[in-house]
Amino acid sequence: MRKLGISAPIFSSLLLSAIATTALLSGCKEPPAESDLGTVRGASATPSSVDIAKAKPYEGSDIVIGEYGSMTGTTATFGKSTHNGIMMAVEEANAAGGVIGKQIKIEALDDQGLPEQAATVVKRLITQSNVLAVLGEVASSRSLAAAPICQKAGVPMISPTSTNPAVTQTGDYIFRTCFIDPFQGTVGAKFARQTLKAGSAAILTDVKNDYSVGLAKFFKEEFTKSGGKIVSEASYSEGDKDFRAQLTNIKGKNPGVIYIPGYYTEVGNIALQAKSLGMKQPLLGGDGWDSPKLAEIGKGAVQGAYFSTHYSPESKDPRVVKFVADFKKKYSETPDALAAVAYDAAKILFAAIKSAGGTDRDKIRDAIAATKNFPGVTGDITLDADRNAIKPAVILQVAGKSYKYVTTVKP
Amino acid sequence: MEILQQIVNGLTQGAIYALIALGYTMVYGVLRLINFAHGDVYMLGAFAGFYSAAWLGLTKRLDAEAPVYDFTHWLQVAVVFFIAMLACALVGAALERFAYRPLRQSPRLTALITAIGVSLVLENGAQAVFSPDPQPFPALIPPTNLIDKPDFNLSLVQVTIIGVAFLLMIGLQFIVTKTRMGRAMRAVSLDRNAASLMGINTDVVIAFTFALGSALAAAGGILNSVYQPTIDPLMGLMVGLKAFVAAVLGGIGSIPGAVLGGLLMSGAETAVVARGYSEYRDAIAFAILILVLLLRPAGLLGRTAPEKV
Repeated sequence: MRKLGISAPIFSSLLLSAIATTALLSGCKEPPAESDLGTVRGASATPSSVDIAKAKPYEGSDIVIGEYGSMTGTTATFGKSTHNGIMMAVEEANAAGGVIGKQIKIEALDDQGLPEQAATVVKRLITQSNVLAVLGEVASSRSLAAAPICQKAGVPMISPTSTNPAVTQTGDYIFRTCFIDPFQGTVGAKFARQTLKAGSAAILTDVKNDYSVGLAKFFKEEFTKSGGKIVSEASYSEGDKDFRAQLTNIKGKNPGVIYIPGYYTEVGNIALQAKSLGMKQPLLGGDGWDSPKLAEIGKGAVQGAYFSTHYSPESKDPRVVKFVADFKKKYSETPDALAAVAYDAAKILFAAIKSAGGTDRDKIRDAIAATKNFPGVTGDITLDADRNAIKPAVILQVAGKSYKYVTTVKP
Repeated sequence: MEILQQIVNGLTQGAIYALIALGYTMVYGVLRLINFAHGDVYMLGAFAGFYSAAWLGLTKRLDAEAPVYDFTHWLQVAVVFFIAMLACALVGAALERFAYRPLRQSPRLTALITAIGVSLVLENGAQAVFSPDPQPFPALIPPTNLIDKPDFNLSLVQVTIIGVAFLLMIGLQFIVTKTRMGRAMRAVSLDRNAASLMGINTDVVIAFTFALGSALAAAGGILNSVYQPTIDPLMGLMVGLKAFVAAVLGGIGSIPGAVLGGLLMSGAETAVVARGYSEYRDAIAFAILILVLLLRPAGLLGRTAPEKV
């Protein structure tokens, strides 16, 4: 038996490796068996398909709030900035004596930027830690995976910055403190048409990402409606590193602007590769670009590119000036939009707990829904009937390692 | 000209796949083992390059446009390659010594599962040590375009990648066909027991094969990171699987087959993406794997030997 020839062993080990390959792949791409949420996309994530009981009444002596976010992975700065924003709000609230006489504690779990992991950690926050409410996520795909769990358990969830409309459509316990994609996509398209004077555009979408697909859709609608032409629609998947084939294709169509509604790691690479292919079109994107890592990865190639986001740290509004100064003192870095919106989200939650006057989750839910003209650092926040915030967007331009304020677009 | 640009795109990526596929194919040749940790050795190569570049002070190249005709710069880049390749050669030999050699008499399934285990250890260990966040890789090769026409661009990076990759492959071909060690490798590949009876120290030959394959993977890791300048601990996962498919496509165990397989794989990928089906970029690799297994299990250049019982 030691002297087997080649063909049989080749075949058997290849079959084995094929199995192993699938195992490896499913280990990293597929959701764990206990949750079928990772594959559910868009509005199809119905609460009824989630296996979780109504949460027990809250009973802690402190107020424990759950937070889930991408502390690691390709969108790690999102999770970290959000966490910093939340922690600053918590420290300020605790220093002022807490909320309803209780100190606030945050239990933060890392979802590694994976939707299936987001579902798992939120389930853990609710069933094991019995948190009063949940803050998170930045990315819509992850919020969409966790929202049905919070909805079914009856735990209020506030996503600071998930802009895909489907997130709050999950149910009446799910809120957000940012604008939604139809608005952000429209803002991008208007800016491209009116300020950049682009007659044609190419769109490069991250197809596995609800946020990116949503933005691309609304950008396209507005851009075409206002007389522009979409000459190329290409796509990639998060984690890809080579975009030259798509870019070569786009280059052949010679668009006036390239809209890339993706996240900063891929956008940095796309910009570099576009530059090396000699493409000179302005690049435009959404709040997924808002990370200090963007310029670090994209180097010279992202300079001068534009993106829409939630706030500008350059604003002269006294609330923003104070926030930026406090944040710099605490973390010695300029707060990006994700930190600012997270700070607002946490403060809205604390205000709601205060006005509910206790730890009854339904009353807190009602109090969040009643939020009106809340003075946040990202503007006055009013939640509409669909539990979305109505807020202006700003357009920033990459300049060196920071971002230059270009314009504000009101809803 | 667009098609020419796509061919250059495909050729560059294919050269990198080929470098990694060679490691799979050589190890399979001598041990009949699919070393699933090979993609992670490629990742370690990229990180070794990252840290040795930082050690030599090349990270400032992140922002500045590096000079093209600066001899010391190129010398430093060569040192970066040397350190990373040496480090990975040692890692490869150590993996063989501590993970695979104790299992040499065990069933092949045991070794295969061990390979997957080693891969997981390397990936998660790297996440613990280097942090799981992507990091920008320094521009070791200046981002200059040699040809800069409106419809066609050829960058110095692409030329260097293709050049270095093919130089390394020629070097490998020389080692395998013209040196004593190469002859020993071929003998072990043909029949390990007989080679051992002829006085070949098979342990040394097998360790050398791992070291050689790992050094090539390290070079591939640096070249790829210069081309697509972010690195992270899971970067070897998909690239490793694709290089493995490339090796199978070319005929696992065959060195020219690995090169051909790498180029074909990358060509197929580029074609699929260029046609606008980028969501099938990864799927095409596995479709090729299934087709090869069904239609020509020995691969394009692989030999089908009669089964001896």
